[in-house]
Amino acid sequence: MSDIDTRLVSMLDSIPYARFLGIKAELAGDEMTAILPFAQHIVGNPMLPAIHGGVLGAFMEMTALAQLSVAAPMKRQPRTIDVSIEYLRSGRPLTTYARASIKKLGRRIANVHVEAWQETRSAPIATMRGLFLVAPSEE
Amino acid sequence: MSDHEQTKLIATAMNEGSPQAKALGFTTLEIGDAVAILKVPYRPEIVGDPETGVIAGGVVTTLLDHASGQAVHAAMETFTSIATLDLRIDYMRAAEPGLDVMARAHCYKLTRSVAFVRAVAYDRDPEDPVATAQATFMLDSSAGKKPGANLKPPREPRTKTGDAGQ
Repeated sequence: MSDIDTRLVSMLDSIPYARFLGIKAELAGDEMTAILPFAQHIVGNPMLPAIHGGVLGAFMEMTALAQLSVAAPMKRQPRTIDVSIEYLRSGRPLTTYARASIKKLGRRIANVHVEAWQETRSAPIATMRGLFLVAPSEE
Repeated sequence: MSDHEQTKLIATAMNEGSPQAKALGFTTLEIGDAVAILKVPYRPEIVGDPETGVIAGGVVTTLLDHASGQAVHAAMETFTSIATLDLRIDYMRAAEPGLDVMARAHCYKLTRSVAFVRAVAYDRDPEDPVATAQATFMLDSSAGKKPGANLKPPREPRTKTGDAGQ
């Protein structure tokens, strides 16, 4: 396993809440796809049924944190400053994927955009923009 | 049945009937007059930073979303399906490890199609918030949708590519 792989796996394994949601991740080079398998306990609206909007927000925030851990070794976990989530379509009972794009990784602040989709990448179900307080280790 | 009693029933249904709310152990402490106060009990499974034991930001996100939705129901005279359109959250500080987190949401404006909500999450004192949120909800979001609608394929053609616009 590469350094990046190791960092990613140990990060997701170490976070209880990532395990609670069942979040996984796959790497292709430095491109990471976060995966949220469907499970009954992530449903918010049982009538439709639809995944809880909060879970989608949490999943996208976790995707941003994981992408930051892939991008650079950190002295400590980045802290979320703010997030802005847009809900585009309801989360159907299917596997959800997300990718994060780091718009800027500074010495203190990182700006990250995340998009989540299910069957069709071009029809995202939610997007997120987030600001994170980071502490990259000096190399 | 009074409006408040009906709102309380909706709150209970939203906490007990929503698998994620149930998994996180949400309870509604107060509801009525366009305001809802919800609680998530602290437990190790929902920690976001194992080094500090601080509850995950995502749990606070879900609590704020859920509380905001209940505030919208508490503002409406009759039950209508709702869906979150957007949610903006500012995280002021880490919640204190070991403490339950509360969210107080207020639906301060209701139009025919959209509800506007402000919410605050705190562990001890609402004046010293863990996070604040601003959310908008679409009203009558399930118009024409029957139970189980999400079990069918989406309306969009699956083969569509390169068209992000709707």
